Amino acid sequence: MAIEIKTASIEPIRHTFSNVARRQGADKPASRYLEAMYDLQPTVNFHYRPLWDPDHELYDTGRTAIDMADWYAFRDPRQFYYGTWTITRSKQQDVAERNYAFVDKRNLLDLVGAGTRERAEAVFVPLRHAEYAANLNNMYICAYGYGTAITQAASFNAVDRLGIAQYLSRIGLMLDGNTCESLDRGKQAWLEAETWQPLRRLTEDLMVTRDWFELFVAQNFALDGLSFPLVYERIDGELQKDAGSTISMLNEFMNEWYGETSRWVDSVLKTAAAESDANKAQIEQWARHWCDRAGEALQPVATEVFGERADEVMAGLREELATRAKKKAGLDIE
Amino acid sequence: MANNNVFIALQNNEEARPIIEAIEQDNAEARVEYAPAMVKIDAPGRIVVRRETVEDLIGRDWDPQELHINLISLSGNIDEDDDAFVLHRGD
Amino acid sequence: MAAKRLNLREKYQKFTRDLAWEPTYQKKSDIFPQTEFEGIHIHDWDKWEDPFRLTVDAYWKYQAEKERKLYSIIDAFSQNNGQLNVTDARYVNALKLFLTGISPLEYAAHRGFAMAGRQFGGVGPQVACQMQSIDELRHCQTQIHTISQYNKYFNGFHDWNHMHQRVWYLSVPKSFFDDAMSAGPFEFVTAISFSFEYVLTNLLFMPFMSGAAYNGDMATVTFGFSAQSDESRHMTLGLEVIKFMLEQDERNVPIVQKWIDKWFWRGYRLLSLVSMMMDYMLPKRVMSWKEAWEMYFEENGGALFEDLSRYGIRMPKYWEVSVKEKEHLSHQLWATFHNFGHAAAFHTWIPEESEMQWLSEKYPDTFDKYYRPRFEFWRQHTKEKGRWYNPTLPMLCQTCQVPMLFTEPDDPTQICYRSSQYNGEQYHFCSDGCKDIFDDEPEKYVQAWLPVHQIYQGNCGGASIPEVLEYYHLVDGQDNKEYLESNDRANWLRWKGMADTEADREVQAVVNE
Repeated sequence: MAIEIKTASIEPIRHTFSNVARRQGADKPASRYLEAMYDLQPTVNFHYRPLWDPDHELYDTGRTAIDMADWYAFRDPRQFYYGTWTITRSKQQDVAERNYAFVDKRNLLDLVGAGTRERAEAVFVPLRHAEYAANLNNMYICAYGYGTAITQAASFNAVDRLGIAQYLSRIGLMLDGNTCESLDRGKQAWLEAETWQPLRRLTEDLMVTRDWFELFVAQNFALDGLSFPLVYERIDGELQKDAGSTISMLNEFMNEWYGETSRWVDSVLKTAAAESDANKAQIEQWARHWCDRAGEALQPVATEVFGERADEVMAGLREELATRAKKKAGLDIE
Repeated sequence: MANNNVFIALQNNEEARPIIEAIEQDNAEARVEYAPAMVKIDAPGRIVVRRETVEDLIGRDWDPQELHINLISLSGNIDEDDDAFVLHRGD
Repeated sequence: MAAKRLNLREKYQKFTRDLAWEPTYQKKSDIFPQTEFEGIHIHDWDKWEDPFRLTVDAYWKYQAEKERKLYSIIDAFSQNNGQLNVTDARYVNALKLFLTGISPLEYAAHRGFAMAGRQFGGVGPQVACQMQSIDELRHCQTQIHTISQYNKYFNGFHDWNHMHQRVWYLSVPKSFFDDAMSAGPFEFVTAISFSFEYVLTNLLFMPFMSGAAYNGDMATVTFGFSAQSDESRHMTLGLEVIKFMLEQDERNVPIVQKWIDKWFWRGYRLLSLVSMMMDYMLPKRVMSWKEAWEMYFEENGGALFEDLSRYGIRMPKYWEVSVKEKEHLSHQLWATFHNFGHAAAFHTWIPEESEMQWLSEKYPDTFDKYYRPRFEFWRQHTKEKGRWYNPTLPMLCQTCQVPMLFTEPDDPTQICYRSSQYNGEQYHFCSDGCKDIFDDEPEKYVQAWLPVHQIYQGNCGGASIPEVLEYYHLVDGQDNKEYLESNDRANWLRWKGMADTEADREVQAVVNE
């Protein structure tokens, strides 16, 4: 009997925090994602103007041309908060670790032809520098963006990119037997080889892009939207002809990551574009511009692997990206 | 108030126990103090946590970075490598 | 092939700083535009030493393990109504102050370190700041998730971030972080990583989390200690960044010293809220503020500054004042909150006799002489004429924004007032430390959003208390005022009373006093 009384009397006096209740109603508990995402960023009563940007408040909607009535409309379809993000990544990291160990222990890379190994090194290793730029760009979006919904996801993305840069470095070390020679060659190529200069120029241009939403479109949609399918689908597919699945095993994280992350990117674009015609027009203009830039920047990389077929490969990727934009985000970027 | 103490505080749990024991073995001057849910270890100048000592105590491979999981706080300069985690004052 | 093995240091070097390159298509100063305006001279970013060498894969592995452990405890805590296991419902008020005052700072640190992690010109400090950025998000989110359970059963938590941006005493923590974030990346990291995390944070977490353990709040202990394991990395970043600046150029030394002076004092004033939490809000106490200050600042801080003296760095200015104030701080704070308890988002009360006894023992030179008589007077007053609240608004310090409640360092019977003129206006301060900070950057501190000024200017819903409380989203009669008359207490006794007759006796004791 005592148990019944105890159970009956210990009813909660509310189900969730007031800010969440104002958004979803007070009559039900909220998910962990929502309770620790909604309204985390301060919006009013800032004390001091930033010394580094006196024209804006610390958090300011004026740092992008995009306008939203509610910046928390950018809910992450993956519902990532820190805990779910790290746990997801650690599971993927377990798989990656096992793949690397498997390839390493059985010396599977020794079975891959020298030409293919060289090609793999030439394509994958310099990209770690591009991933580093993507890391800084997403940190920028986290730092100067507005509303926790999008900024926290950008911070996870930033760390993911550093992780990918490190996976690419590991691939280099596996290919060169831990001498670091591949990393040095890759950096040399990134700095000087003609193949990589357009892409390096693009990443440097992105690192000085000030509108954070434009940077989101340029990096996470345009550049990633062309480079990940090019590298981890098309080029990987080409290498498979000789390497079997050995190299794909080392890339699996990136492949899976891109599929997952695209859902987030698409949902952000869809939400922003659906908000107003002005947003939609602005995003389409950015997307076209940066897709053109990214296409040009990746062309020489595609040529390294596909030779004369590179034009066709790049045109195909651009068309797929346009279709994705249309279908997933309602954007016209033809 | 001149002193050159360093300290490390760990959660008082099953995983931290062999680490604490290893510290006691390798640092003769360490003073171990138990607080609620926490163990604080002080020593003059230097504390070293050796991979080998911990591995002997737990009978498996141990990476000094695993220390992070149960670490609460510390004071001193850090030097971390494959074989040890060292806290020290000065250079 | 027989591959050689890279050691941790080499591997980490290749996996972080080797990723960057010297840009040629854009100017480095356009990519990192904030590295020079603070006057700090950096000649070689590669001289940065990485104390911890966590690659991202290791980071995911260890952090995920911590998160799994933490959330399994949070789950068990809510399934078992763990909130009922705390020593007394008064304890929960410490958590209210924590959620409204500290958790938003964890968020601010997340964004501030994202800024620093984007702005520093070297990969070593970038990566350290970026990891700290997401760690801080972790802390904010695990705190919300833990305290979510308390919010379902107690008042005062429900609109924590709305309150953080508006309520008068919460402008103390908010202005602290706004101040750091609106400065440049070097000052920010000196402020937060070094002065706050390295020198002072032990005073926030160690006693508070031990306090939670003493008071049966296992969920808070768990998030606290779990957060602290990241904190060690952050503290180390703080020390590293200071050493790096000092070693790069001797012109950096006076700038760094000035920042250490400023941020020690800013942080110390912020911690005055923690002092009252420790001495008055924990039903079971671990150690007094005074003892904690001695252990964590005077002793450990002393060793640290001795270590830094070879760079020409001395103890922060006015540290002697903090040592004098340790005898008084918590009592003066709690007395003030007791009197303004109708406008606070937590409950206040007069310490019970046994608690006064504890305070007398911990503060033999000051408590009985200066503070016990006040509390006894108010207790008597409440008995005879009802609970008294101060109907006026307090004057706030222009810098730290704490009401002017601190006394002269050498005379605990005199309130300390300082002032400065700037552009024909007079500004008021609680201390020499706060006045110095203002005088060095008056154009910054005149901008402060001072809650009391804002109320008088009509920016907080109106000039009456009910209007202001509404602006705060502070529900009158639920979130505020005297603990003995609170719903929290009534609910607590109801919940505990049915399972535990002990609680009934406690009520009797209070009612029949």
